[in-house]
Amino acid sequence: MKRLLVVLLVLSLLALPAVAQKADAKKPIKIGAIFAVTGPASFLGAPEEKTATMLAEQINADGGVLGRKIELIVKDSGGSPEKAVSFAKQLIEEEKVLAIIGPSTSGETMQIKQLCEENKMLLISCAAAEVIVNPVAKYVFKTPQKDSQAVTWIFNTMKEKGISKIAVLSSMDGFGDAGKKQILEMAKPAGIEVLASEAYDKQSTDLTDVLTKIKGTAGVQAVVNWSIVPAQSIVAKNMKQIGLNVPLFQSHGFGNRKYAEQAGAAAEGTLFPAGRLLVVDELADNHPQKALLAAYKKNYESRYKEDVSTFGGHAYDALMIVTEGIKKANAADRDKVRDAIEGLKGLVGTAGIYNFSPEDHTGLSLDAFEMLTVKDGKFAISKK
Amino acid sequence: MGDDSLFLQYLLSGITKGSIYAVVAIGFNLIYSATGVLNFAQGEFVMLGGMIAVTLCAFLPLPVAVAAAVVIVALTGCLLEILFFRKLRHHTIMHMIIITIGLSIVIQEVALHLWDEKVRSLPYFSGSEVSSIRIFGASVSPQVLWVLGTVAVVVVLLHAFLRYTLQGRAMRACSSNPDAAMLSGINISNMRTLSFGLSAALGALAGCVISPITMTHYEMGAPLAIKGFAAAILGGLGNPMASVVGGLLIGVIEAFSVSKLPAAYNDVTAFALLLLMLFVRPHGLFGSPSGESVREV
Repeated sequence: MKRLLVVLLVLSLLALPAVAQKADAKKPIKIGAIFAVTGPASFLGAPEEKTATMLAEQINADGGVLGRKIELIVKDSGGSPEKAVSFAKQLIEEEKVLAIIGPSTSGETMQIKQLCEENKMLLISCAAAEVIVNPVAKYVFKTPQKDSQAVTWIFNTMKEKGISKIAVLSSMDGFGDAGKKQILEMAKPAGIEVLASEAYDKQSTDLTDVLTKIKGTAGVQAVVNWSIVPAQSIVAKNMKQIGLNVPLFQSHGFGNRKYAEQAGAAAEGTLFPAGRLLVVDELADNHPQKALLAAYKKNYESRYKEDVSTFGGHAYDALMIVTEGIKKANAADRDKVRDAIEGLKGLVGTAGIYNFSPEDHTGLSLDAFEMLTVKDGKFAISKK
Repeated sequence: MGDDSLFLQYLLSGITKGSIYAVVAIGFNLIYSATGVLNFAQGEFVMLGGMIAVTLCAFLPLPVAVAAAVVIVALTGCLLEILFFRKLRHHTIMHMIIITIGLSIVIQEVALHLWDEKVRSLPYFSGSEVSSIRIFGASVSPQVLWVLGTVAVVVVLLHAFLRYTLQGRAMRACSSNPDAAMLSGINISNMRTLSFGLSAALGALAGCVISPITMTHYEMGAPLAIKGFAAAILGGLGNPMASVVGGLLIGVIEAFSVSKLPAAYNDVTAFALLLLMLFVRPHGLFGSPSGESVREV
């Protein structure tokens, strides 16, 4: 009897690893997320966090990925690069996540780009600055359209309108600095002359003095403002208040209806390039993005009772790219997933249609944008 | 646009900013006058005033919403004083200042949870986002006049209160010599509560009038408090009128620095001036080096 017991015990010990392995295959796949849910960049982070949470729940309700659930671990960086770094370390070393989506801002992403690359951690950033994927880092991807594409759209629209002399405003943060650099570099080849360029504090509450300076600069035909902070609304209001009546172009950072709401009547006529999510109702039914955009908009707005923004869309795309990568690789193995993502083609997302390659870690082409304007307080496609 | 009207436009822009700093600085000054404490949660009172007014504005007319917000924040100010300062065993200035810093962080977090991270604003009191008043070729938003008007009315009322009413004089007595004030039968604790309430009310009022210009969100308090503090120091602590001059001066200097330097150096100019002031005239423009308006911190 005793001997039998010992044999049983030994057998059961032998069986343990097999059981453990099976349990591992059933364990959820951990995906980290770093979003600026609070703080000055919460316009980006809050909808991103809501979207990612919603999408993860949907995926799990539909049976998960490869039969495993997704466990989304969200960290709120408050928009601070320092916090983003420590959260990234935590996600890499303690949580050992498969991939990180986010951070929300370009400044934060640039702080952890190197860290992720060194630790071979897959990073799908939701921030826009070109420098995130240029030069290409093996493990770093991003979902929003590139700065340079936004600038190209703005310059093309200017040419149609016969504008060639402009003033540039930007916020002093990662997004503003990167955008300003792009504009200044691309202006000359495009035949655009930048007469003035000013940067302002990202917590600015009034910008009439900077705009007065622009008003005093002879020959300015349009103002380009490049920021993601609430100052976007302040610029629009202050321009009207001091009577600076030239067209205002904003970056793709304007894609949250709150900004237009805050600027009220002053936002009317503002031009900015953005993805099609904001104008989904205007799209033709056979547009490849129509179904996905309409479904996302409906789910988000009915669940959270607030307008959908392009930023939430960036998180949608990021999480979807990771799960599509896992499906394509047929394994929750980081390197295999990375290779799979690099080979994704024709993937329909909220920002556009992704075609990744080893050289292009954004995967979006120029036609992911549309030039939008504010008309009667709503976003609309700007007609030529 | 001629040089003159451009000059005027910079001046108006400076006055816009300066009036915002001034209205925050007055609140700083009031608590300082009564207790010798620099209340670093002053910016949070401004934020709370704006937030509550915006919330109430959804179902109340604007003037009622603003008045209600001011009352609610004033009561909150009194309550905070009673909860955190009244029972304090050692009323050293340093203790109290550190408590105000802690309070400012707590209030921010509470506001974040009560509301959310979004930016909101009150409607313009008169006109709209696009309306402006033209003055000799320069333009200014009508809301700036509201802010300036509020500052003027508040300063006059406050001056009258501190000079001519028993309560006001008692408050000043607490400031210049707490022991003597206590011996003459003034309840120092009550005076402190009153000064917190009043200063919270002023902050809330400020938060309402500036909301259409600066917009209101849970994090707006700290940067405002820093600029308001600078304005109060520059003008000289202990004198509400001086805060107004200090605030306007900082605003105007910032605006004109933009005309010559890149806008990025805005804060540098303002704070360089403040440092210079602290070296040359530590008691501020209108403070006296000795006497009631300056206390050792």
